[in-house]
Amino acid sequence: MKPKDLPARELRPVVNESGIEIKPLYSAADVAASGGESMIGLPGEYPFTRGIHSLMYRKQPWTMRQYTGFGNPADTNKRFHYLIANGQTGLNVAFDLPTQCGMDSDDPQAEGEVGRVGMAVDTLRDFEIAFEGVDLERITVSLTVNGAAAILIAMYLAMAEKRGYDLARLRGTAQNDILKEFIGRGTWVYPVEPSIRLVGDTIEYCATHAPKYSPVSVCGYHIRESGADPAQEMAYAFCIAKAYADEVIRRGLPVDEFAGRLSFNFNCFGSLLEQVAKFRAGRSLWAKIMKEHYGAAKPGSMWLRMIAGGGGGGLTFEQPELNIVRGAYYALICALAGTQTMALCCYDEAYTIPSEYAQRISLRTMQLLIEEMGLTDTVDPLGGSYYVETLTNQMRGRMEAIMAEVDAQGGIVKLVGEGAIQAKVSAQAYRRQRDIEAGSLRKVGVNCYRTEDKTPEMEFHPYREEDARAQVRSLDRVRAERDAGRVQSALARVRTDARSGTNLMPAIMDAIKAYASVGEITGVLVGVFGRYREPVRF
Amino acid sequence: MNAGRRIKVVLAKPGLDGHDQGAKVVVRALMDAGFEVIYTGLRQTPEAIARIALEEDADVIALSSMAGSHLPICRKLKPLLEEAGLGDKLWIIGGNLPARDHDALRGLGFKGIFPSSSRLEDIVNYIRTQAP
Repeated sequence: MKPKDLPARELRPVVNESGIEIKPLYSAADVAASGGESMIGLPGEYPFTRGIHSLMYRKQPWTMRQYTGFGNPADTNKRFHYLIANGQTGLNVAFDLPTQCGMDSDDPQAEGEVGRVGMAVDTLRDFEIAFEGVDLERITVSLTVNGAAAILIAMYLAMAEKRGYDLARLRGTAQNDILKEFIGRGTWVYPVEPSIRLVGDTIEYCATHAPKYSPVSVCGYHIRESGADPAQEMAYAFCIAKAYADEVIRRGLPVDEFAGRLSFNFNCFGSLLEQVAKFRAGRSLWAKIMKEHYGAAKPGSMWLRMIAGGGGGGLTFEQPELNIVRGAYYALICALAGTQTMALCCYDEAYTIPSEYAQRISLRTMQLLIEEMGLTDTVDPLGGSYYVETLTNQMRGRMEAIMAEVDAQGGIVKLVGEGAIQAKVSAQAYRRQRDIEAGSLRKVGVNCYRTEDKTPEMEFHPYREEDARAQVRSLDRVRAERDAGRVQSALARVRTDARSGTNLMPAIMDAIKAYASVGEITGVLVGVFGRYREPVRF
Repeated sequence: MNAGRRIKVVLAKPGLDGHDQGAKVVVRALMDAGFEVIYTGLRQTPEAIARIALEEDADVIALSSMAGSHLPICRKLKPLLEEAGLGDKLWIIGGNLPARDHDALRGLGFKGIFPSSSRLEDIVNYIRTQAP
């Protein structure tokens, strides 16, 4: 039989990663059968499936925010200026692991890790150096930090205030999503409950003192990297966002006073239109949750504002130059999906901290879509496609089912605390790896189209032990110069407020302004809260 | 190894690196292969790894390192494992390990090196044939 005569029922079935069977052809009947057009609407209008703003990129293209940071604050400052000079419109700061885990650069556990995978930060002095010469009103800054987020947010606000910025107008974002950190990424410090309290403290504090600042970016991203499918990625992120919202509402803050500053971070690797449908579905589901479950009235509270991109889990060690091409498709997905901010993993990232050259390629990839490919000409260009609208309805249905399952099992906080979500997604990651090795899940360059030809030489990011020693010397200098009495009393207030349940942010701000270090403040909080103990469950 | 006893692997995440997706995938592959696996969880110091390996009477000590600090960690761990009398066990390491560091890792006693893109069955077969 010739292929054109093959009846549809004899085609190899296609099921997307989220578990939805894909037909060879879609029509209006499929849109109707999947729930119709009631959740489509117009961009800028509830339920925002087509975009949170009416004009989207016609008014302003997405913000370009490559993840950057290494070595000392002065090294990172140089790379920031390089990226800004090349047209980057935001910063996304990478911190080294000691900073992310709340340790000072002279902590014995920090040895060998200072400045290695991100910028080393100990005190306010480091932020003063890192952001020197950066116009914080024109360039918004995102801090990728979680376990130590309350401290680093305080440091950012204190630095901006010192430079004369009005906190009432200061924009910016902190990742500050600790629940996903327990699922994947792993820079936790305190046990689950006090960790959620700290997230609540930052949201509550910013709602009053820095109302334009986004204190949390809830990340489906790393849950996806840990093994979740695209529907789970978004569903688990919404469960987590609800846990933070509940924590703040419990304190008496009305939803419309903080929900507009919640933001999100999602991944983009995988099948192209499944991802686009995921973002469109997620936008309408979050709007529905905010409106119907929380009774939000302001449209801004219902907006799924997001950074999308990365795609690390889809990139390969083999034939790394193909990652440049993958990155271009990932950027296309994010543009078609209507993200507010975009960042791309670099082609060399499976090997090393990205080189300046690799960073520039990622930046240019996004700029190509804006300048040459017409991706900013019209809003939601895939809206109305039978397939995309059907899949959007189906993906939303999958997400709602996953969220209901989490609730039925006792809620996301309980499931994360027990390690149940971790076990579930890691079992999926294992199956995925098995499928790749068996060849049933195709990865170009990995299980098909392999080559013995040499790949281009990688430029490895240098790690200089001397930089770590310089960072420790700089910390010693700050400790010698600061007012020790003021530091001690500020740390004592942190301890008192941690015990009493008072919002910790004012006390942490005081300690930061007195040049108390990340490790000193964390040490006081660990003394009160204890440390997280990782549940090991398979 | 003694007949009838399953190969016992202690798989550790040393240092502050939180990337545990790969480590957990390898744990599952080793369990499916019939090995007994003790996974330490994140942020293990070299001292803790040596202690756990000794207490568990491990045949294989496996590290997963994704964040670039494999050399300083292995330099610290080597004398600790030797002092604990674990010098005759199989030491292996996987993760983001640039080729230029492989000789140094071998020199530190890590005979099995499994950089990113290694296949699970290769790790399993290596342990099956090389475990003491």
